[in-house]
Amino acid sequence: MSDAILDIRNLTVELPPWADRPQAVSDTSLTLARDEILCVVGESGSGKSVMARAVMGLLPEHLRASGGAILLEGEDLLRATPSRLREVRGSRVSMIFQEPMTALNPVKTIGAQIDEMLELHTKLSRRERTERIVAMLKSVRLSDAQRLLGAYPHQLSGGQRQRAMIAMALILEPAVVIADEPTTALDVTTQSGILALFRDIQRARHIGVLFITHDFGVVAEIADRVAVMQHGRLVESGTAEQILNAPKHAYTQSLIAAVPSLAPRERRMKKDARVVLSVAGLEKTYHAGGAFGRSGRTVRAVKSVDLSIRHGETLGLVGESGSGKSTLARCIVRLVDAERGSVVVGDDVDLMTLSRGALRAHRRHIQMVFQDPYGSLDPRCTVGRLIAEGPIVHGVSESEAVSRAHALLELVGLERRAADRFPHEFSGGQRQRIGIARALALEPSILVADEPVSALDVSVQAQVLRLLADIRDRLDLTMLFITHDLRVAAQVCDTIAVMHDGEIVEYGPTSRIYAEPRHAYTQSLLAAVPGRHWAPPFTPALV
Amino acid sequence: MSVARDRARYIGRRVAQAVPAILLIVTLNFLLVHLAPGNAADVLAGEAGSATPQYMAYLRHQFGLDQPLYVQYLEYLKNVVTFDLGYSFRESMPVRDLIFQRLGPTLLLMGTTIVLSIGLGVLLGIFAATKPGSLRDNAISVFALVSYATPLFWVGLMLIVLFAIDLRWLPTSGMVNIAAFYTGWQKVGDVARHLVLPAVTLSLFYMALYVRLMRSSMLEQSGMDYVVTARSKGLTEHAITYRHVLRNASLPVVTMAGVQIGNLLGGSVVVETVFGWPGIGLLAFKALFARDLNLLLGIFFVAACLVIVVNIIVDVIYTLLDPRIRLR
Amino acid sequence: MNVDANSAAAPVTEPRQPARAWHSHAAELWQRFARNRAALAGLVVLVTIVIVALVGPALFAQGPFELAGPPFAQPFGQFPLGTDMLGRNELVGIVYGARTSLMIGLVATLFATLLGVLLGGVAGYYGGVVDEMLMRLTEMFQTIPSFLFAILVVAILSPSIGSVILAISVVSWPPMARLVRGEFRALRNREFVEACISMGMSDARVIVRHILPNCVSSIIVTGSLLVATAILTESALSFLGLSDPNVMSWGFMVGAARDFLQRAWWLCAIPGVAILVTVLAINLVGDGLNDALNPRLRRL
Repeated sequence: MSDAILDIRNLTVELPPWADRPQAVSDTSLTLARDEILCVVGESGSGKSVMARAVMGLLPEHLRASGGAILLEGEDLLRATPSRLREVRGSRVSMIFQEPMTALNPVKTIGAQIDEMLELHTKLSRRERTERIVAMLKSVRLSDAQRLLGAYPHQLSGGQRQRAMIAMALILEPAVVIADEPTTALDVTTQSGILALFRDIQRARHIGVLFITHDFGVVAEIADRVAVMQHGRLVESGTAEQILNAPKHAYTQSLIAAVPSLAPRERRMKKDARVVLSVAGLEKTYHAGGAFGRSGRTVRAVKSVDLSIRHGETLGLVGESGSGKSTLARCIVRLVDAERGSVVVGDDVDLMTLSRGALRAHRRHIQMVFQDPYGSLDPRCTVGRLIAEGPIVHGVSESEAVSRAHALLELVGLERRAADRFPHEFSGGQRQRIGIARALALEPSILVADEPVSALDVSVQAQVLRLLADIRDRLDLTMLFITHDLRVAAQVCDTIAVMHDGEIVEYGPTSRIYAEPRHAYTQSLLAAVPGRHWAPPFTPALV
Repeated sequence: MSVARDRARYIGRRVAQAVPAILLIVTLNFLLVHLAPGNAADVLAGEAGSATPQYMAYLRHQFGLDQPLYVQYLEYLKNVVTFDLGYSFRESMPVRDLIFQRLGPTLLLMGTTIVLSIGLGVLLGIFAATKPGSLRDNAISVFALVSYATPLFWVGLMLIVLFAIDLRWLPTSGMVNIAAFYTGWQKVGDVARHLVLPAVTLSLFYMALYVRLMRSSMLEQSGMDYVVTARSKGLTEHAITYRHVLRNASLPVVTMAGVQIGNLLGGSVVVETVFGWPGIGLLAFKALFARDLNLLLGIFFVAACLVIVVNIIVDVIYTLLDPRIRLR
Repeated sequence: MNVDANSAAAPVTEPRQPARAWHSHAAELWQRFARNRAALAGLVVLVTIVIVALVGPALFAQGPFELAGPPFAQPFGQFPLGTDMLGRNELVGIVYGARTSLMIGLVATLFATLLGVLLGGVAGYYGGVVDEMLMRLTEMFQTIPSFLFAILVVAILSPSIGSVILAISVVSWPPMARLVRGEFRALRNREFVEACISMGMSDARVIVRHILPNCVSSIIVTGSLLVATAILTESALSFLGLSDPNVMSWGFMVGAARDFLQRAWWLCAIPGVAILVTVLAINLVGDGLNDALNPRLRRL
């Protein structure tokens, strides 16, 4: 406590009158020691980001810090003058943001943006500044540092951009670094590199890191101490060991309970089930930028993929962004037309050979649940109409379709009255339930779920996964489940196909793949899962 | 540097792309003539009584009107490509010479207008955006709103009434004081005095456009994430506005400037008519009055080519400003 | 990626509302519109002008070309707005001119909108070759100086209400087509449209029931701005002498009075003010519509 370099005392941040609660942060106190990583965990709306911004004095206009103190090395930042605050920013405390693409100015080079820090706070000569920047870039493990000086943000990968941001935050050797979900927008393998970087840099430079995240895996990976926030209040805090393995507060317990375990549950498929979906030789290539014969960039999104799913099985398609898994899913559902290959559904109908008209009749057998709860429902339609429209298009009478919609709403855990409401009146988790109801309205035999829970908070995620599993069992559905989250895949899927760069590099039962991954990529993927050595203490069966 | 070479290649590609555009315009001209009701030669000659038999014969020859359509088209195409834009009966000069004679004043007027409207528009837009909701923001916004709604010809006429007739500060029309035979710097000053009112008139509308655009662009950029990052580095608001936001915010203005060139030329017809400014706009008006369609088509063609050239220049400027554009 | 993570800085977007019927949806829209006082003022002015345009000609049945009194009579005398160089009643001219401007503006914009929505929608939805061709076409129209083109069209087809409307429609449709194409393209890739397609809906149904309703507000706003531009273009054309000789138009009035600037400058001023006020009112209403139909989520 006495070693605290950042001491937040009874901080309160007011929200504007139209918000759903009066304060973003209520009477919260937190300390960060001189040489540790403190992870602040919470779901969306917990106030963790607001608190971080309050420290830097970066609150948006309509939020006001109305009480408490923020002591940085003894100085109260809440009462500092604007010019003192500007001095402190970057040199004593700096911040790293979530989205490196938008957090960097797109029209300035990396070198110029980092140089700005030095220009502002030091009196070094240009040559000295350049030397320091290059040294810093090397220490965040960016190769080819000289060339990067003149590169623009859009020329770098996501991981490189984030490393550049870290370099920018560290260049003045601040005592405190605040990282606001810095790896959330990154791939799992990239994320593990950045997390390792954070750990190493913190150890080497003995700085205090306030690391905000929603992912307990990340907490398990790097935290020394943990603070849990809910609805703007601090709910529990302690060492990582205490919180992760013996949480005391009910909310913390529920959060941890919602984290899926990496240990795959056992396979529960019937033996000798028939094959309901068979994909062979599927290929999809995108041509970008070329027109009227001019050559453009060619991207082979899907390179000759084969897979098959048996009745009642859940096949997981696992991969990082750019692996082609979403494209593959869309090719199977024929939202996107593949160049080559066959997609045979159920009774030997190859969807690829059907004309658009004939295809329409067959579409009902294989339906999709989408990722984005905010973009997957037409904002101008009532929920009831959204669900009933599918059956109506296929010839079901309107009254029958509406009653089916009501039944489905109850099936997914919503009220019948929801049918008269509009999507914007529901939360993200509820919207995903509506999306599931819509997909079920046509009574498909195969459900393709494209990252259905990736955009949801962890506790809501667990509920929706439970719902999916429940429905799958009740309606005897076959599922193709696409995800980048290996924990989710472990709990939901019977079989796993690992996709990388348009190809399936490994295919097999979940338990085998997690226990003995054979392909190098699968191994690196599993090695990159944050907190893989930590087993969440309670794991209610998601099955 | 390979970037320079890429850029040269980009320019070459754009020029090559311009060719089919020009072709389309020529075709459009051709179609327009033949779409008109009545005999094409009559249409081209204007009022029936004003054309001599020689001129009618000349027109028939020029446009090959007694030949099949595609032959006429090829003839016309050939003529245009060799810059033979025909002959103006009224002015007794080849159209080409007539146009090039008048191109200078129009370019002067347009150049001044572009500098004035973009310069002032950007400045006022920044002014307004840096203190949104303030008195100066509201004043600038109201000014822009009213200017945007005002017809060009009316502004010109009212300015003449105020500055030339009532106050007698500036001349009422023309480009030079013909009686005074100025040379050298005095001539420049004379032209400048005559340029003031036409340039201000033409600029007012477009300046309003750029003010509104710049203001909303600045406000939009100010909400972007990289601004928060810049603030977290300890930059002053002033530095953030001028070193980070400005360049990003001005990109849409550059794009819009390119789009507006065509409209600017159209506006110059009205302004040059009101002020008697001897450019191709006034020429177009006179051609209209005299129903000299041949001349009008020639002006249209040259104007379109001008727009294409300026668009290429604007595109290149844009690539200099925005590093995200792939020159490939 | 947790989409909701960013909303930690703004816990809520808009307060949750109970479900409403359609007419209260419209009432809510009106409320939002009416909060903008400038837009409200613009609407009042616009409605006044429309009433004048509709009712006025009945009151002044003699028509604007009637010689009503001595030329150059000053305003605020026997004639409220004076008389022009031939002795025609200026006020009557303004009233009839209102009808001309509004009618031409509305009809031309209607045609331009229909054409633009059709072409832009098809190009945006289907993409590919059709889209490429449309882009080339709109680029070409962007290149040609549109006012000069309008002049050409009217000159060739000889000035009449029909030719003026045609000319303005032809130069107005590209911006609408570009807007609609952009909206269709963006919506086409949204997941809810993909969901509709995967449910087996026909393209027509998807477009009419799902895509169009989501871009109607942009179309309306752009349409209102196009009306304003159309009125300005029409007045410029008639100023240059390219108006239907049987119809009185504000631009024509200014053009005719040009030679008498020294003597009776108000003959140029008054019709110009009428144009200014009308266009300003339309712009204000358009901006108000924009704010009401696309309420920006509370600043986060």
